Amino acid sequence: MTRITFDGVSHSYGKRSVLRDIRLDLSEHRIGVVGANGSGKSTLVRMINGLITPTSGTVSVDGLNVARNAREVRRQVGFIFTNPDNQIVMPTVQEDVAFTLRRRGLTREQVAERTAAALDRFGLTAHADHPAHRLSGGQKQLLALAAVLVAEPKIVVADEPTTLLDARNARRITELLQEMSQQVIVVTHQLELLAGFDRVVVIDEGEVAFDGSPDAALDSYRELLA
Amino acid sequence: MIGLYHPGSSIIHRTPTLLKLLLLSVGVTVVGLLGQPWQLLVALGAVFVLYVVAGIPPRPAWQQIGPILWILIIAVPLQALFAGWTTAGMMAGRLVVAVALAALFTLTTTVTAVLEGFQALLHPFRRWIDADRVGLLVALTLRCIPLVAEIVAEVLEARRARGTQGSLLALAVPVVVRSLYAADAIGEALVARGLDD
Ligand SMILES: Nc1ncnc2c1ncn2[C@@H]1O[C@H](COP(=O)(O)OP(=O)(O)OP(=O)(O)O)[C@@H](O)[C@H]1O
Ligand SMILES: [Mg+2]
Repeated sequence: MTRITFDGVSHSYGKRSVLRDIRLDLSEHRIGVVGANGSGKSTLVRMINGLITPTSGTVSVDGLNVARNAREVRRQVGFIFTNPDNQIVMPTVQEDVAFTLRRRGLTREQVAERTAAALDRFGLTAHADHPAHRLSGGQKQLLALAAVLVAEPKIVVADEPTTLLDARNARRITELLQEMSQQVIVVTHQLELLAGFDRVVVIDEGEVAFDGSPDAALDSYRELLA
Repeated sequence: MIGLYHPGSSIIHRTPTLLKLLLLSVGVTVVGLLGQPWQLLVALGAVFVLYVVAGIPPRPAWQQIGPILWILIIAVPLQALFAGWTTAGMMAGRLVVAVALAALFTLTTTVTAVLEGFQALLHPFRRWIDADRVGLLVALTLRCIPLVAEIVAEVLEARRARGTQGSLLALAVPVVVRSLYAADAIGEALVARGLDD
């Protein structure tokens, strides 16, 4: 697995400090991040692919400073957002998956081949030429996964990927995330989704409140919420 | 395009986009110049054959061509009043053939193909224009049409649910605000997906 490190990372939006001196060294296969609304989870995970640059401190992926090498790092890190509508950028399902492979020096045949394989893997082949915006919420999130994984990233970061889905689709997406050979980092409020995870980080008011096994982390998180 | 594409592998699907676009413009021009009713009938028959060759079933074809017929129901009698039935009929026929040809283009061409066509067209100007960016811009614009339509529908629904009626401004403000949020989020996704590459 790749090593992701947060070294003394702090972040403020204007004057508002939302993360304070975060120190983490993440190299487990499946990592969960939990915490109350507004605790800073989204801010934290967006730093892994450089969508947010910390006000101070460094985040590095595989030894690369994300702030200085955002482009290289983004090629290794796939990101899944909460609202699948917002990550669809092309009109049809197949084109949206193929979009990820643009400017990668692949031939048209290679792009078509890899796109087809990704669609097949996520059960979207029948929808290849359908308008992406007409898929169901669950299918849209599957499309997002296909669009991310077609590029074969080393790490998949997902910020509440199942929050807008029904229980069945949430389980399906979670299972897919758990089965991935990639390193996965999942932010969630649905604690039952973290059962098979290797490590869970609890964030509270911009600080790491607990970091350890899922069971212990979830106990600590429930205590925090009580 | 915009989800109108009807998948297939006919010769019409496989014709290069720019050639198809050229043929479309030639076709529409020729139809506009036709002077005899029998010529138009031949053209209509030819278009029908093209649809059969492309394997477009009646339903998607009708979805494209149907709306124009509604306009004609009003326009033809009006024109007949001034210019006689023959002229009115010719106008209607030309319009139907032209719309059917244009629809055939959209039904058999993916957005990606259109973008690649654009890029090829812009290639000579590559020193000044990044064709890839222009293509992306077009694709994103197309993508935003259903997105904004959805936002408008949701805002209208929310208004109805709360029983509020109001000015156009009261509709426009939430639509613009939500569209901006969506644009922000899509921008973020674009970056995450390697727009900068
Ligand atoms: N772009 C921004 N500008 C200003 N403040 C922001 C911005 N994004 C987030 N914040 C604030 O920073 C704090 C942390 O936000 P963040 O989105 O990281 O929390 P979160 O843990 O992901 O919350 P949630 O569970 O609700 O998603 C919140 O108080 C939020 O209001
Ligand atoms: Mg969040």
